[in-house]
Amino acid sequence: MTNRIDPSWLRESATFSKPVIREIQRAAREGIYDIRGGGAKRTIPTFDDLVFLGASMSRYPLEGYRERCDTSVTLGTRYAKKPMELKIPITIAGMSFGALSAQAKEALGRGASEVGTSTTTGDGGMTPEERGQSKHLVYQYLPSRYGMNPVDLRKADAIEVVVGQGAKPGGGGMLLGQKISDRVAEMRNLPKGIDQRSACRHPDWTGPDDLEIKIEELRELTDWQVPIYVKVGAARPFYDVQLAVKAGADVVVVDGMQGGTAATQDVFIEHVGIPTLAATRMAVDALCDLGKHREVQLIVSGGIRTGADVAKALAMGADAVSIGTAALIAMGDNAPEYEAEYNALGSSAGYYDDWQEGRDPVGISTQDSDLGARLDPVKAGHRVANYLRCLTLELQTLARASGKSDVHNLEPEDMAALTVEAAAMARIPLAGTDWIPGHSKF
Amino acid sequence: MREFDLGEGGVRPLNAFLHQAESAGQAVAARHPGGRHNVAAGAMYDSAVDIHGHVGYYCAGMNQDAAITIHGNAGPGLAENMMSGSVRVKGNASQYCGATAHGGLLVIEGNAAARCGISMKGVDIVVGGSIGHMSAFMAQSGALVVCGDAGDSLGDSIYEARLYVHGKVSSLGADCIEKELRDEHLAELAGLLEQAGLSHDPASFRRYGSARQLYNFKIDNVGAY
Repeated sequence: MTNRIDPSWLRESATFSKPVIREIQRAAREGIYDIRGGGAKRTIPTFDDLVFLGASMSRYPLEGYRERCDTSVTLGTRYAKKPMELKIPITIAGMSFGALSAQAKEALGRGASEVGTSTTTGDGGMTPEERGQSKHLVYQYLPSRYGMNPVDLRKADAIEVVVGQGAKPGGGGMLLGQKISDRVAEMRNLPKGIDQRSACRHPDWTGPDDLEIKIEELRELTDWQVPIYVKVGAARPFYDVQLAVKAGADVVVVDGMQGGTAATQDVFIEHVGIPTLAATRMAVDALCDLGKHREVQLIVSGGIRTGADVAKALAMGADAVSIGTAALIAMGDNAPEYEAEYNALGSSAGYYDDWQEGRDPVGISTQDSDLGARLDPVKAGHRVANYLRCLTLELQTLARASGKSDVHNLEPEDMAALTVEAAAMARIPLAGTDWIPGHSKF
Repeated sequence: MREFDLGEGGVRPLNAFLHQAESAGQAVAARHPGGRHNVAAGAMYDSAVDIHGHVGYYCAGMNQDAAITIHGNAGPGLAENMMSGSVRVKGNASQYCGATAHGGLLVIEGNAAARCGISMKGVDIVVGGSIGHMSAFMAQSGALVVCGDAGDSLGDSIYEARLYVHGKVSSLGADCIEKELRDEHLAELAGLLEQAGLSHDPASFRRYGSARQLYNFKIDNVGAY
């Protein structure tokens, strides 16, 4: 006779929880750290910890579906002759061809173009499919310079100098050999099948004084036509944003720790960088301190999922947001119809994050031609466009409810914080009080 | 002959001209560079550009097809990401020269500082003198010829680039080893020395390249990183 154990008698350790035990066992078995895709999974303060107050006696709302609520934004007004004019303040973040299939890159371009916004290249350069389907394309200038060439540079509508990303501020990247197909290898000047290391810092400049000269070089190369963005991971946003502005950036992109990556050590993703919520406040402070808020545009990224996230970022002072992981999900990443195949990979729909392995059954994070062919770029692009429309409608809904005829008129005073942590980070009063920890007395 | 006085007009008129088709086949003289940055940035056609004086950062960056000669010294990032054509420095070059360059020929008649040819992706570089530390770091392809000595950690994490050094190598970086100098290498070396206008016996050089032990991550190699 088997002894039955009553589960209610078992007490899980908060320190050595089941996931922690599993990870220790895995590490002991494999002898190497865990590498995965995506962003931070841990619970951290987010935009969910803020709420809009809505209209009341002191301010009146705008009529939904009737009264106009503008969503357009112009990026790169500081120096560029041709700033980026977008219909919505939600852009697609940089993701590489190599990490993603050519079909996925094309779909992102199609989706963004359908709603009048921009998409962004990534490590590995620009593909013809992506350029062809992207009305507004930002060309990333990365430390590795894989696929970097002046011909494509001059085809871009903006250039983004990548200093870091939220998933791994201070870290480079690794595209494992199984994703280095013939085409990827050719674009990156590397042998097929080797692990391709993306450098963690630029090869020909160090620090903001050099960056200023580098930005001037990029402007000279493109005859001062297109905006230059500088993207930083959320490490020390106040100083990083100020230094980027000093270096001459038209636009600064700040990527919080929830921002995704194609492949990085889990320890890096979970333990380096600060949340997007906190980074947004510090970035806006930096611009205001310099008197450059709105003159230098701010794009915030990292864990943006809903129109509410967009609205809150804008209310805190961002000019636009950027999405990455959410766009992959909109295309079909983690789709339940592939549950059996996810199971075969040791995962499940909703949990799959081994993007580095190149075996994505949906055909997004892969270079396998058969898997890639599963993703229809037209349909996937349309799903991305639908998703962007939903975000925009949600954004407008919240803006109208706050009495704003332009989403960029949202302001911190439209919000309250639900937690002490969020109040302190966002410098928004705790709901029901006028208390901002560190700034006013309770 | 088109002439540009960088002391008066800055680099913009010169660079704008080098981006126009009318610069093809033209001889161009740039005077009074005064250490300015971004001189001859992004030349797009087969012009012959002579820069009379010293230049600052990123001279001849991303060059395509132009033949650019600097009659002086060059600051950091000379000919970075060059695609084709040629760049020659009569004097010395500062750090990162030829960084990530994809093609063409870069000749430094004097010495080159640290990180010469970092992440080079197909360019050929010939240095008449010596080079600094961490040169050819993560070098992917192309050839680096050094007629003098090489500093510490030459070819660290190198991929498929070929390194030829006439003098002493202070130390080799991770996964970089000395390799046999075979006939095809002697022929390549002779050709590059001839193009650079340097007279050395190719057989007196030593070749270095990748051991290819770190191409795929193996936990057993963790001590090498």
